[in-house]
Amino acid sequence: MIENLTKSYIERRAFRRNMGNDPAPHKGDEYLVLDSVSMDFANGELVCIVGPSGCGKTTLVRIIAGFETPSSGSVLIDGDPVRGPSSDNIFVFQHNGLFPWLTVWDNVILGLRHVKDKQAMAERASEYIDIVNLTGFENHYPHHLSGGMQRRAELARALVVNPEVLFMDEPFSGLDFLTRLKMREEIINMHEFIRKTIVFITHDIEEALVMADRIVVFSDRPGTVRMNIQLEFPHPRDFHVDSELEQLRRTVYQELGVHYAL
Amino acid sequence: MCVSAYKHYLYPLPAFIALGGLWELFSLYSGWSASAFPPPRQAAVGMWELMTNGMLLKHSVASLFRVTAGFYLAVILAVPLGIALGWWKKGQLFFDALIQFLRPISPLAWIPLAVLWFGIGDKPAIFLIFLSSFFPLLVSAINAVNHINSLYFQVAANFNFSKYETATLVIFPAILPALLPALRISLGIAWLVVVAAEMIAVKSGLGYLILDSRNALRMDFVVDAMIAIGVIGILLDRIIIQLNKIQSISWGSV
Repeated sequence: MIENLTKSYIERRAFRRNMGNDPAPHKGDEYLVLDSVSMDFANGELVCIVGPSGCGKTTLVRIIAGFETPSSGSVLIDGDPVRGPSSDNIFVFQHNGLFPWLTVWDNVILGLRHVKDKQAMAERASEYIDIVNLTGFENHYPHHLSGGMQRRAELARALVVNPEVLFMDEPFSGLDFLTRLKMREEIINMHEFIRKTIVFITHDIEEALVMADRIVVFSDRPGTVRMNIQLEFPHPRDFHVDSELEQLRRTVYQELGVHYAL
Repeated sequence: MCVSAYKHYLYPLPAFIALGGLWELFSLYSGWSASAFPPPRQAAVGMWELMTNGMLLKHSVASLFRVTAGFYLAVILAVPLGIALGWWKKGQLFFDALIQFLRPISPLAWIPLAVLWFGIGDKPAIFLIFLSSFFPLLVSAINAVNHINSLYFQVAANFNFSKYETATLVIFPAILPALLPALRISLGIAWLVVVAAEMIAVKSGLGYLILDSRNALRMDFVVDAMIAIGVIGILLDRIIIQLNKIQSISWGSV
């Protein structure tokens, strides 16, 4: 699955963005959502972006994925500027983005609809439905699935088109705690198996520390990069066992202004 | 499921029986003559006559044909146009006022022009039915497109959907649940209008049957035609409701 191991990366340089739909007291006021954010992503890396609500995390990935344009600055993927949404950068949305009028199967093959070889297409779809453990649920409609299964179906739909980068904007929000924990595990396993670049947004610091190869900590708005931490800890990670990880957890919390109840 | 199914058919019956009882009482004690207010028994005899001589079937089929033709025509034109206008926001600015101007003009107001343009026969009636269904459907379709979850458009863009694919694979299925009540209402309106449309320029249909029976002073036939209109109206409504049982549509009501 992995190609261009050395070359493939996202490079973003110093862009500023003002948010259009912010409740502005004066017309024409500029609101800085992201302030001179720069970062690189290595191919196959699972990067978690954490930060307080409204810090511009979502705006950032929406820009990288091509859904929004920056006020200034640029986004490059493999050296090419992003020119809008494409199936090279698939977005897994905060709320369920499956088409409710299609079955799991029909949702998963959305990105393969132009593939000429129908049998190869079917095999590929089956393979990815199997990866997300949804075999047997192909003919179910999304509203008949649990929240966790819906996210997994969406994940299969995203992975099946072999995107360069997978963006996940708080994909576990709205799931119950136990399902969240299981989904973390599944993402970690899936990532070790597939080695796609994943940009994962969350405001859950533990989630980020458990999953990520690297975490980027954002400040409050306007979003700037406060910390950029490479995590070399092996999986599975446990705060109670690994004191270094536990120390890191405290550091991140303190960086975000939380000093008690850790 | 089984219990609710039989409730579905049994529970409405007392109201119908009560209506029949009231009808009987009225015809007995109102003092109106049987020719002005036909009692149920006379209507039943008339109904039997209409059923056995084939007139009821003939006129019902004629009305249903016109409604079907006019309604389909309206659906085929209004839904794609609604999708286009719903999607093209600037187009709404251009055309919304015009639609709202034409919409309240009763289809019946078009009768003189319809007869002038299409002559006599099925065509003016179909045109009137088309008009009656077209505007409610168009407005509902535009409205439904405006309320599609914007996430679906982002997903479509993410998977490189062309404009045509977005219209047919996203917008159309996305508006179906909202369109269904509009189809139901406009088919009801179409069925209302066909009776009026058939009182002009045609020699068949339930509307014609009512007009012709009145001229022949057969009020029992008038009542029978009314009953037939009601029964067919229920059946048409049931057909549309059945569509809501299709899984790719019913997600909207979850």
